[in-house]
Amino acid sequence: MSSPIVVTGIGIISSIGNNLKETTHALLHMQSGIKPVSILNTRHAADFVLGEVKKTQEELNQLANADQTKPWTRTALLGLIAAREAIQDARLDHSGAFKTGIVSASTVGGMDRSELYYKDFIGEARHKEFIDTHHAGDHTEKIAETLDIKDYLTTISTACSSSLNSIMFGTRLIKNGILDRVLVGGSDALSKFTLNGFNTLMILDKEHCRPFDESRAGLNLGEGAAYLVLEKEEAALKQGKKIYAYISGYANANDAHHQTASSEEGNGPFLAMQHAITKAGLIPDDIDYINVHGTGTENNDLTEGMAMKRLFGTRIPPFSSTKAFTGHTLGAAGVIESVFSIIALQEQKLLPNINFKTAIPEINLIPVTEVKNAKLGHVLTNSFGFGGNDSTVVFSSNKTRVS
Amino acid sequence: MEELIQKLKVQIIEQLNLEDMEPDDIDETDPLFGNGLGLDSIDALELIVLLEKEYGIKIENPKDGQKIFYSIKSMAEFIESHQK
Amino acid sequence: MKAYINGIGAVSPQNTLSQEHFLDDVVAVEERFLQVLKPDYKSFIDPKVLRRMSKIVRMSIVAAKTALDEAGIAKPDAILTGTGMGCQADTEKFLNAVLDNNETLLNPTAFIQSTHNTMGAQIALMQNNHNYNLTYVNRGFSFESALLDGLMLIKEGEVKNLLLGGIDEITDESWLISTKNDMYKTEPLNNLQLLNDTQTGGLSGEGANFFVLAGQKTSNSYACISGLDTFYKPANEQVVLEKILDFLKKQELELKDIDLVILGYNGNPISDNIYMHLENELFAENATAYFKHLSGEYDTAVSFATWLAAKIIKNGVVPSNVQKRKYTGTAPKKVLIYNHLRNLYHSPILLEQV
Repeated sequence: MSSPIVVTGIGIISSIGNNLKETTHALLHMQSGIKPVSILNTRHAADFVLGEVKKTQEELNQLANADQTKPWTRTALLGLIAAREAIQDARLDHSGAFKTGIVSASTVGGMDRSELYYKDFIGEARHKEFIDTHHAGDHTEKIAETLDIKDYLTTISTACSSSLNSIMFGTRLIKNGILDRVLVGGSDALSKFTLNGFNTLMILDKEHCRPFDESRAGLNLGEGAAYLVLEKEEAALKQGKKIYAYISGYANANDAHHQTASSEEGNGPFLAMQHAITKAGLIPDDIDYINVHGTGTENNDLTEGMAMKRLFGTRIPPFSSTKAFTGHTLGAAGVIESVFSIIALQEQKLLPNINFKTAIPEINLIPVTEVKNAKLGHVLTNSFGFGGNDSTVVFSSNKTRVS
Repeated sequence: MEELIQKLKVQIIEQLNLEDMEPDDIDETDPLFGNGLGLDSIDALELIVLLEKEYGIKIENPKDGQKIFYSIKSMAEFIESHQK
Repeated sequence: MKAYINGIGAVSPQNTLSQEHFLDDVVAVEERFLQVLKPDYKSFIDPKVLRRMSKIVRMSIVAAKTALDEAGIAKPDAILTGTGMGCQADTEKFLNAVLDNNETLLNPTAFIQSTHNTMGAQIALMQNNHNYNLTYVNRGFSFESALLDGLMLIKEGEVKNLLLGGIDEITDESWLISTKNDMYKTEPLNNLQLLNDTQTGGLSGEGANFFVLAGQKTSNSYACISGLDTFYKPANEQVVLEKILDFLKKQELELKDIDLVILGYNGNPISDNIYMHLENELFAENATAYFKHLSGEYDTAVSFATWLAAKIIKNGVVPSNVQKRKYTGTAPKKVLIYNHLRNLYHSPILLEQV
């Protein structure tokens, strides 16, 4: 049996912290990053609250220590900051003995710059250095070049499940012998494009979002990036590396119901969770905590809850949505919440679903509302996206039965 | 009212790209959603934008749309009662 | 890792959708860029859903259906798409509306359909297909990444068959923006005269090329995809040459085993140098072919080359209008595709007779 795949490095930046340490502190102290708008230049600044990384482009540039001869989008800067932290954390050297790659994810890629310069692209062609940073893979290439990752690179975009899929694909690249080590994750910066897009769907809450609450009225958007370094357990042990978690199960399924809405019974979410648990060689009862997708929209929380009831019956594990901390970070959400799930495993603590008061009557599910000690062996995280794209990853503190 | 109904039919066909339809194909009392014209939740959002753009009427809660957009007739009645 | 191609469907600037013809009726135009020949969409797609779809979604569904029908598969075990730029038309439409209307009075449809996975999602929706469904979006690696996922899925035994597509669409605006970066030619040219054109930039194009891949061959199998590699930003032509030699070595092949090399010449004198170098230095003894005078250049144009290679192997002929260095052999058994986009994204793909 091949060696299991483990997480040996973590990097993260979002509205609740610029690195893993700050993020852990904010989660355990229930400090939300959702605030009035002060960075994104939008006419809706007074209408909504956002999970912004409270740093200007210049400040991010400095924090990222980015090569100033190249054009950098906010998405790429956020990505680089998190990716560098993960690489340093895993103490990756570039001795050449290992094949190292990157699988990243994003929904709108370099849109944060494109929307500033788009009319110039068409007209005068000023700022034309940003024409090439528009595509979804630009940030991946910038990270790979800066951090000297040479053996493979690609980018996945499946709307809001994107970066869970990059974890899945990266894991399989190692299992199939294509790479020895892989940096997986994703990055998405806030943009007028996405803010206005979600606004046309009328699913943005003007107040702080309240996932799984009866009074929920939509989501808050956020931004951020996170990356994990994955490698084989045997390689990690040989080098005396810290093992944060095992990637024990994963699955992607399609709801095949509607371009944006989930099916009433939560078919896609049900299948994704079920297949991921099976893949891990576990049964639903083995899952100790679920970091749900829980956007705070009427449709998502109801249907995700339905899917959980179908799969877990009356024994639904403790669960929480952490979107009231960060907002919905779109393409980065899957990996950001994977990091949260790993923090839960590391700290042996359940994370809280802040802003919750009253259960949704149709499902009557009560999430974890405060930080609580618990014995956690297997945690599961969900990410669902437009186009019915539903993904689940299971992280474990130890080797599971199958691996 | 009759004029408004005709106008709405044209606007809906255009806004929702109902390429193969003529205004006369739509009965003003037919349900727009479900078994009638077969529109869905995305169309409902499009109709909300249409009301604001063309008639200056803003709908804040998408749930209100269900009743207003039941048929062309209910839409016309809503517009008449909400325009100054 | 290998997979059999058991069905294909291509919407391109050529008559590729028809199974009767195989490039015996090439389309020549005098345009600035090549657009796909518009299929009769209504015979493939319910008008109720067609009304919202942009070109990229429409052509994807037509190509996907054609490939699945041919393979006799209604619901593949996985749907994998690669698209470099995704839904350009809907993205432009929504972005322009945001900017022009100062963030007011915006319609949702273009935003909803602007996500890169719209094509894969719409195909799944039409089939009520709950299976694995992923979209790769790294410009000139998009199709290759989806293909790699497919090869792994088959090797892992996760799927028996899958649908794979490479898709990119062109719009007036996206073309215009690309020309600002010297990526594409700006003056009209006859596409069949591509290699004689002296303007900088490639000939821009578009297409949707879909394949049914499977672990088992059928009586209809076109070819077997038996090798794939990608490398980003090689230092120079020598590195490219060595990478291709490494690739062949891994396949336990020598240069003389390759019956035909399909090269990605796109008419840009600068980046075509690499192909020329390889053709003279590495493939000096091999027959060669090219294809972008028929498809145009786009991020997933290598999917058109894959279509071409599969057809060549199954039909046992190399159409004269794709031959670069004259083909004199019998039915080719091993075809190597080597393509690069802007000297950044390089990929060899090997196809073999079943």
